[in-house]
Amino acid sequence: MTRVGIPHGLFYYYYYPWWKTFFNYLGAEVVCSNPTTRLTVDQGIGAAVDEICFPLKVYFGHVLELKRYELDWIFIPRMVSVEHRSYICPKFMGLPDMIRASIPDLPPIIDITVDVSQSNRILKRDLLQLGKLFTSRESRIREAIKRAREEQNFCDTLASQGYTREEAIQLWEGKATHSFQAPILNLGVLGHGYSLYDAVINMNLINHLRNMGCRLWFPESLDADDVETSAATIPKRVFWTLGRKMVGSAIHLSQQPEIDGIIYLACFGCGPDSLIGEIIERQINDKPYMLLTVDEHSGETGMITRLEAFCDMLLRRKNTGNEDNISAHGQYAYCRQSTI
Amino acid sequence: MKITFPHMGNMHIAVKALFKELKIETIPPPPVSQRTLELGVKYSPEFACLPLKVNVGNFIEAMEIGADTILMAGGWGPCRFGYYAQIERDILNDLGFSFDMIILEAPESRVTDLLNQLRLIGENVSIWQMVKAVNYTWHKLKAIDYWEKCYERYLGPALDKQAVNDLYNQGLQQIDEADTKQKVTRTLQELETQIKQIPQHNKPVLNIGLIGEVYTILEPATNYNIIRQLGELNVTISRSIYMSDWVNDHLLKGMVIKSNHKHIVNCAEPYLNYWVGGHGQETIGYAVDFARQKYDGLIQIGPLTCMPEIVAQSILGKVSIEQGIPCMTLYFDEHSGTAGISTRLEAFVDMLGRKQVGQQIISEGGF
Repeated sequence: MTRVGIPHGLFYYYYYPWWKTFFNYLGAEVVCSNPTTRLTVDQGIGAAVDEICFPLKVYFGHVLELKRYELDWIFIPRMVSVEHRSYICPKFMGLPDMIRASIPDLPPIIDITVDVSQSNRILKRDLLQLGKLFTSRESRIREAIKRAREEQNFCDTLASQGYTREEAIQLWEGKATHSFQAPILNLGVLGHGYSLYDAVINMNLINHLRNMGCRLWFPESLDADDVETSAATIPKRVFWTLGRKMVGSAIHLSQQPEIDGIIYLACFGCGPDSLIGEIIERQINDKPYMLLTVDEHSGETGMITRLEAFCDMLLRRKNTGNEDNISAHGQYAYCRQSTI
Repeated sequence: MKITFPHMGNMHIAVKALFKELKIETIPPPPVSQRTLELGVKYSPEFACLPLKVNVGNFIEAMEIGADTILMAGGWGPCRFGYYAQIERDILNDLGFSFDMIILEAPESRVTDLLNQLRLIGENVSIWQMVKAVNYTWHKLKAIDYWEKCYERYLGPALDKQAVNDLYNQGLQQIDEADTKQKVTRTLQELETQIKQIPQHNKPVLNIGLIGEVYTILEPATNYNIIRQLGELNVTISRSIYMSDWVNDHLLKGMVIKSNHKHIVNCAEPYLNYWVGGHGQETIGYAVDFARQKYDGLIQIGPLTCMPEIVAQSILGKVSIEQGIPCMTLYFDEHSGTAGISTRLEAFVDMLGRKQVGQQIISEGGF
């Protein structure tokens, strides 16, 4: 049986059900690398250039893990654009080339280009061509694409129930379940999925927050149309798909009365994040907002302290109600109108 | 209306000329200085790339001396540059400046859109005047490029480096002052004869290709004047990009001159097979091109966290091995100590020099 390796990183979190269903239906076995560990991180750091962002280093680690298995193919798509007139990030556009240049002796790479910024005609053609690696029957490939889309939709629905994408994928595979406690705080948690839902990259952010009694709202928990509508309120359309989702989610969440605060998880060296964080900071004036930047630094304590302080502050604000508009700084650094 | 615009190397000379023809007053920002950078760093997002910070500093300084309208280029990604203007406007608004911002976008890649936008800025300018103005500006831009090329070529072999530096600065001023196409051409010819007459030493001269991100290549204030530093180490430089290339490719979408862009993209294969925004693919393409032309070494420069250049950097290692050309990557941020950069440049140049001598000995049959 043909074995296809899929690294457990980057767009795995968004499209794994699609990919797995597609390859399985065509008769290939899918081998996914294990969830990120410190070893993955260390190996990735060794293989990638210093300046690259953390999730990509982790991805290099996953590819190195897959290299140890006996694989016929390794699936590293070139994700250029997943919707009309938007991009992901330049680094994703050069990903297969970077992997090829940095990690020698890999099995052949399936580097299909996903670019639907103009039309999805070429992608369809490429998918049919890709399917021909596994079967000669075009009808079967078309069926595989259809099923893959259905499974993807199913997993997206799961993700909209308040699960992280990683949990949704686990549920979709019939593995884990997670029960939520009655929340004492409602927090919006935003960030690029591949860093936000990876427990090593996000330093257990999600678990820590849940243990502190927070109910978390992810971009996927929100209605996609609401997010798009909110994102359209800023002067220029953000041309990064994930970035626009974050801006839209932040603006939408800031208008929901039940949300107590918003946390944005950014990666050090992430290009879009450096500007998106700034846009969000200026757009939400009336909700507490915290920007956390992570890199390969591995001490969790600093993160926990900041999360606890943030949650304590939100609780005090909620319970006493008198800390509403008083900033410790004296005035809001980015407020358009004076609030005091 | 007093228009200002961001600095990018010697672009201000050409932009000034354009707006003079369009009968608009311009106030170019003061040259990029330590203060510019400090202002920019203070008010820009911490992790934004260096050009944004310099832009913000430029705008603040220009408005301090009376500018009230900002002209800025836009874009549609995936590089961060496309969103600069929006962020800059927000920052300056929050700082309490009142100004208009004109963002030049060529959304459908049509050069006429751009020309129309420009014409609307001008006061009562006919299409004919407009075309004349653009033509004259283009001529000036090419002249500046040519003069920069002369500088890069003659600084390395020159005996008296200071004389070349002085002549270069003087030349830029003369090109700035030349107010017709004919005068520009004549000035340039005179300058070239002068720079050729500067006595040269007979030590070995290295050829280094300078590749990387456009802004850091063009703006000496953000690259510690790397061209001058290398020139003083007896190196001649070839850059992967000049101002006219950038204007042609980015603003005019390759309408004006047929560039060698296609050739360069072909060179990038099989290392980088896709456009990655910014000049990532060009960086790899030129690296291969320079290597095939037997350059002695390559230096890649870019602002810290520049996305397209990181892609290129990841691949450059392989290019270096397979094409047999030494490469070094330098990233710049607001850090302002030059000693570290000088040391690295000297070490790199020394190493290349030794390699050259070694090859000479081998080709002459050994010791």
